[in-house]
Amino acid sequence: MASGIKDKVAILGMGCSKFGERWDTSPDDLMVEAYIEALDDAGIEPNQLDAAWFSHHIDDIGAGKGGTPMSVALRLPNISVTRVENYCASGSEAFRGAVYAVAAGAADIAIALGMEKLKDTGYGGLPATNYGTFGPQIGPSGSAPGNFAQLASAYRAKHGVSAEDMKRAIAHVSVKSHANGAKNPKAHLQKEVTEEQVMNAPMIAEPLGLFDCCGVSDGAAAAIVTTPEIAKSLGKENLISVKALQLSVSNGLESHHNTWDGSYFHTVRIAAKKAYAEAGITKPREEVSMMEVHDCFSVTELVTMEDLFISEEGQAVKDVMDGFYDADGQVPCQIDGGLKCFGHPIGASGLRMLYEMYLQLQGRADKRQLDNPTIGLTHNLGGQPANNVCSVAIIGSL
Amino acid sequence: MTNVGISSLVGYIPKLRLLRKSVTEANAWLAPNLLGKGKGTKSISNWDEDSVTMSVEAARRLLGPEDDRSYVDNLFLASTTMPFADRLNSGIVRAALTLEESTQCTDISSTLKCGTTALINAISSVQSGKSNYSLVLASDKRKSRVASAQELDFGDASTAISVSNKDIIAKVLATASISVDFVDHFRGPNEEFDYNWEERWIRDEGYLKIIPKLINNLLEENKINPSEISKFILPCVFPRVPQTISKICGIDPENVVDNMALNIGDTGSSHPLLMLTHVLENSNPNEKILVCSFGGGGDAILLETTNLIKKFKNEESISTMLDNGIEETNYMKYLTFNDLVKWEKGMRGEIDRKTALTTLYRHNDAIIGLVGGKCSKTGTIQFPASRISVSPNSPDIDTQEPYKLAEKKANILSWSADYLSFSINPPNYYGIVSFEEGGRIMMDFTDVGEGEIESGKDVKMVFRIKAIDEARGFTRYFWKAVPI
Repeated sequence: MASGIKDKVAILGMGCSKFGERWDTSPDDLMVEAYIEALDDAGIEPNQLDAAWFSHHIDDIGAGKGGTPMSVALRLPNISVTRVENYCASGSEAFRGAVYAVAAGAADIAIALGMEKLKDTGYGGLPATNYGTFGPQIGPSGSAPGNFAQLASAYRAKHGVSAEDMKRAIAHVSVKSHANGAKNPKAHLQKEVTEEQVMNAPMIAEPLGLFDCCGVSDGAAAAIVTTPEIAKSLGKENLISVKALQLSVSNGLESHHNTWDGSYFHTVRIAAKKAYAEAGITKPREEVSMMEVHDCFSVTELVTMEDLFISEEGQAVKDVMDGFYDADGQVPCQIDGGLKCFGHPIGASGLRMLYEMYLQLQGRADKRQLDNPTIGLTHNLGGQPANNVCSVAIIGSL
Repeated sequence: MTNVGISSLVGYIPKLRLLRKSVTEANAWLAPNLLGKGKGTKSISNWDEDSVTMSVEAARRLLGPEDDRSYVDNLFLASTTMPFADRLNSGIVRAALTLEESTQCTDISSTLKCGTTALINAISSVQSGKSNYSLVLASDKRKSRVASAQELDFGDASTAISVSNKDIIAKVLATASISVDFVDHFRGPNEEFDYNWEERWIRDEGYLKIIPKLINNLLEENKINPSEISKFILPCVFPRVPQTISKICGIDPENVVDNMALNIGDTGSSHPLLMLTHVLENSNPNEKILVCSFGGGGDAILLETTNLIKKFKNEESISTMLDNGIEETNYMKYLTFNDLVKWEKGMRGEIDRKTALTTLYRHNDAIIGLVGGKCSKTGTIQFPASRISVSPNSPDIDTQEPYKLAEKKANILSWSADYLSFSINPPNYYGIVSFEEGGRIMMDFTDVGEGEIESGKDVKMVFRIKAIDEARGFTRYFWKAVPI
């Protein structure tokens, strides 16, 4: 059994650009925005960086392939830059690379930066892309909402939830995130909405309406990590350390084997169990202070509450409607607005989630600040329910 | 001489019926002369159907759900609307039906009589002893110009016929053909639409002269008295022409078979065979049936029903399909399905649909035949097959045997109706379909009616167009699920 990552690596600094429709901002500018904030927050110079990880999903409308876009935009001192791509979990993957490099002793200080420039697509939503040469010959030419919407049909069939109850519960998920996003000046969407507005919005993919879908945004986020010892030597106090970093990837079971019922994320359950074990958490519903989950769609967040073992199976609808995940609930979820309102620049999202947890743990979250959070969980998912990449990370006070 | 004849036959008529009045009224300002033709309906296929997919559907109905189709010796595919000018269209059908690679496949085209020509070729093949079981497929999906007579006449359908030397329901008594370069219409290479000459000339110099000559040749040569003919089949869009021909030839005009024009229109090369199917589904033993077709001359086939006709019954008869059509009054939908208007497809419709032909060939059984894998050790069924089994507790290596899924029972695990992604018939329905015996596929749904889709609902597989690569003229096929 591996000893795990717990408390071996601390976050030295973080940065996050304003997310949104950044029409006047280039991919390079987005990177610089997050980078400068992270560097200032860490209190280091560029030449103190030993290695970099760059997460970027859609390279043809973004910055291009490879590690050079980040190195050139930030004028890095010719250090290693590894570009990672793992669907929408790419940001967490970059963080994982940097953290592991520090833990391994290969780097004293490493940076993870994620960036996505989605608003050069020409239309709303994610760009339609091919995925290899075989997949498009058999798979539906669908969309992300169409893939995730299927959770609702399977969940309803499994738990006997009516279409109306489901629609209202997922509407509440979005209403809550909009309320949170309204308090976040960096969020893409900063307006509150009502349940009725959400439920009556134009249909995107049944049962998901416009407000059940997250913002498609430009943005970048960055984390600089080091060992707790180095952090202390640099004068840092109140350190936030990494408690767990887990990644679980589908192996075709969900999409090819009839044992999966379509109502949950197989990988999330695996990653969550491992993450709790790594962090030493035994009662997540009580021990996790707050979460940023991958609410690409409202229904994703709803079923994820069960997959992270916060809500009991079949109880997510009730917990959501009870306000358990609201800002004043027991485990606030998406306190920064989530993907829903902060936005979802794919390669940056995993790091943006960590950014909010980091600010909250340090008591720097301004109007959104929660009372004395100690453990923050991020859940970053890529792909689609039947075939995905799931990251669960836990950070907390050292 | 061994008896050779038809052992089975079945039709496929797509469900939608375009109300002709919706067409003539929309075009009345432009073509008031066509208002009189605005009667009844015509069959229209979904956007994802063509002559290949409709042939596959008819053939599946004929062959039934059994895996073993090795008895099919050869296949003749007839159509004037083959999706490929140079790619063996019948070869696509063969692969979709998972027939043996040794099945000889032939495309027969270039004239509306090609359906009957294919049938005559199959008869010859069995008569010569080269084949014991020949499969004849005829199908057409003809395009027509807006506000043309053809737009009101043409329908979409297919027919499948098996010709054999055993279990015959209709014995072949004689066949005859005549080839005349009579150009009533033509469609040049790369042309979408027919060019038509004057109808009166076609009727008087074409039908009324060529077909009687053909019939008389056949009857005289085989010493058949025309009064013996109890059913006379001749597709013709001009009213009463078959009756006139029957009188010329001495056939009782009462025995002229209805051409279904008011319900489905004229379905091209399939039509004489579709009419024959309708007739044989309602025939008694010892009836002499004459099937004729017109186009570049004509074909005539004289059949006599056997005692086995009494037992012959199709699960979905032509009568049932005629009765169960779903009326479509949205003319614009028809135009859009058939790419007859320039419509805004949106940027999502711009995705490159280039097909890697190497990949298509490597996975041909899976893509065209819907053949998955079954682990010989655990029995786990999956799609697509893979070297390492998906079985969670037994990831066995190289244990999978081919496993056919197209005819297996399946139901919906999850679904969505997607209004965002590109679709020619929005919303875009897709989801995960689970096969009862094992295996599942995330796939498109098609022919979905309002409120027809829900988790747990049964579906059947249909072979359809997956996408059309307009930039390169390539049609990509795969299977889709239809709620039942």
